[in-house]
Amino acid sequence: MTEKIYAGTPVSCNDEGYLNDLEQWNREVGADIASEENIEMSERHWEVITFLQNQYRNEIPLTIRKVGKSGVVTIKEFYSLFPGGPLKKASRIAGIPKPVSCI
Amino acid sequence: MKMRNLLILGAGTSGTMMANHLRKKLKKNDWNITIVDKDETHYYQPGFLFLPFDIYKPKQVKKSIDKFIPKGVKLIREKIDRIDKDLDLVYLQDGSKLHYDILIIATGVDIQPEEVEGLKGDEWYKSIFDFYTYEGAKQLRDKLRKWEGGKLVVHICEMPIKCPVAPLEFAFLADSYFINKGMREKVDISYVTPMDAAFTKPIAAKELGHLLKEKNIKLIPNFNIESVDSDHNKIIDYGGAEVEYDLLVTVPTNMGDPMIERSGIGDDLNYVPTDKATLQTKIKDNIFAIGDATNIPASKAGSVAHFESEILTENILRYIEGEALKSSFDGHANCFVETGHGKAILIDFNYTHEPVTGTFPLPGVGPLRLLKESHMNHMGKLAFRWIYWNMLIKGKHIPFVSAEMATAGKDIDKVETIVDKKIKETTTIH
Ligand SMILES: Cc1cc2nc3c(=O)[nH]c(=O)nc-3n(C[C@H](O)[C@H](O)[C@H](O)COP(=O)(O)OP(=O)(O)OC[C@H]3O[C@@H](n4cnc5c(N)ncnc54)[C@H](O)[C@@H]3O)c2cc1C
Repeated sequence: MTEKIYAGTPVSCNDEGYLNDLEQWNREVGADIASEENIEMSERHWEVITFLQNQYRNEIPLTIRKVGKSGVVTIKEFYSLFPGGPLKKASRIAGIPKPVSCI
Repeated sequence: MKMRNLLILGAGTSGTMMANHLRKKLKKNDWNITIVDKDETHYYQPGFLFLPFDIYKPKQVKKSIDKFIPKGVKLIREKIDRIDKDLDLVYLQDGSKLHYDILIIATGVDIQPEEVEGLKGDEWYKSIFDFYTYEGAKQLRDKLRKWEGGKLVVHICEMPIKCPVAPLEFAFLADSYFINKGMREKVDISYVTPMDAAFTKPIAAKELGHLLKEKNIKLIPNFNIESVDSDHNKIIDYGGAEVEYDLLVTVPTNMGDPMIERSGIGDDLNYVPTDKATLQTKIKDNIFAIGDATNIPASKAGSVAHFESEILTENILRYIEGEALKSSFDGHANCFVETGHGKAILIDFNYTHEPVTGTFPLPGVGPLRLLKESHMNHMGKLAFRWIYWNMLIKGKHIPFVSAEMATAGKDIDKVETIVDKKIKETTTIH
């Protein structure tokens, strides 16, 4: 466990850079993490982030398929918003744990 | 007392085990037991891994379903159309309906190649194959017998899949197969997966990752397939990455039977929402589910179904008596991972414990070594076929192996930190 400074606020992260506590998150923190991932946040990005956070709060496991079927964003757009590993990157920016793919 | 009805949907590994367990426990004067399946054949699915390499013959992996259904259980051969949970009725395709007091859903999962664009086109069973079905495994065997080499891509479309190590085993066995045929240098093998490593569990992933390197199999992780371009022999992921193949061996999306969707009770992959510790469904109190058909975060494997069947039997008896259900299923899985050249690895894990090194089933003695390649483990894997047909699905107790995972004899300590981390993350496990 490490402490990192994002947007001037100290937050607690795990070894892979995911926030340990969503309570420590705010938009500025999210935007700062995004810049580490070379992503510039737009309103569209935030809509997806809000959706992911709500799913997490409701304890709904996240998969690419579920995001794609959510009606919030298509898988294609999800990839263009968060290139590379969209679910992993977006989860990190959203301040929620890294999604564990299935067993 | 009026006769009551217990109905089992699906006579595969789990349904057959439940029929055998319950017929012994429920009085014939009180309970009718009925089981429904659309097929005539019970397949030994773990054998589909060996069929393509001519290690097993087709007749070793299939037997007639009715051979394993005990006397006193009625077998109906018909396709299930849907469940009406409100009326406690199951409709069959021929229009008949069955009333139940207790229902057990054991309809498993099957591959759905249609979920990925371009997969099931003109090249299906020409240059694109699955080995998760009897037909696919046999077609692939015929292809491999005459294939002259090129780029072999072993691929997983989407998680979860049943027996999540099977594709990795396929890659290992392919390596030995081509070495034995004296043509390994003509074959370039890649392993393409949506996961970020060779396996979901970090310690096993590390051990298995080493083996891939040793066997000169290229690992391409984080690949989420969007489509197959079979005109140009390549698979394409959502991010635009491409992998070329001459022979694509893929595991298509694994989904629950469409019957689940028609009944309006499944999730987006037609898995049945089920309590992971009691195996009662979240659909209705008198509906239980077992095996691959559930959405519980355990491996979809025959060994898991075996452990589940003991707990589910007990819980059904408790349910009938009006007692509280036992919350004891811990996600216990153990499986042999065939690594080629007559060797295998044995892994053993549950919801919270990682696969670990050590010995099984007798702590410190073995004979099977966990997470280390050995010939003994390979013999164990082959012995599993005999155990499956003669003990497992007949509901006989397998000596030394208990439903709840034993931690003695295993090097548990070194994984505690990872386990802690995992527990935190379990809310996001599928
Ligand atoms: C290639 C491969 C390798 C494997 N290797 C291993 C291994 O080494 N070890 C291990 O433990 N497990 C292994 N497995 C997994 C194991 O085979 C499954 O987990 C197990 O068979 C699940 O049992 P089940 O009863 O839940 O489903 P199944 O055995 O698939 O049974 C489901 C049954 O339901 C019937 N059914 C479904 N829908 C309907 C309907 N609408 N109407 C009527 N009938 C219906 C089907 O016909 C079928 O008979 C492997 C699987 C594969 C594919």
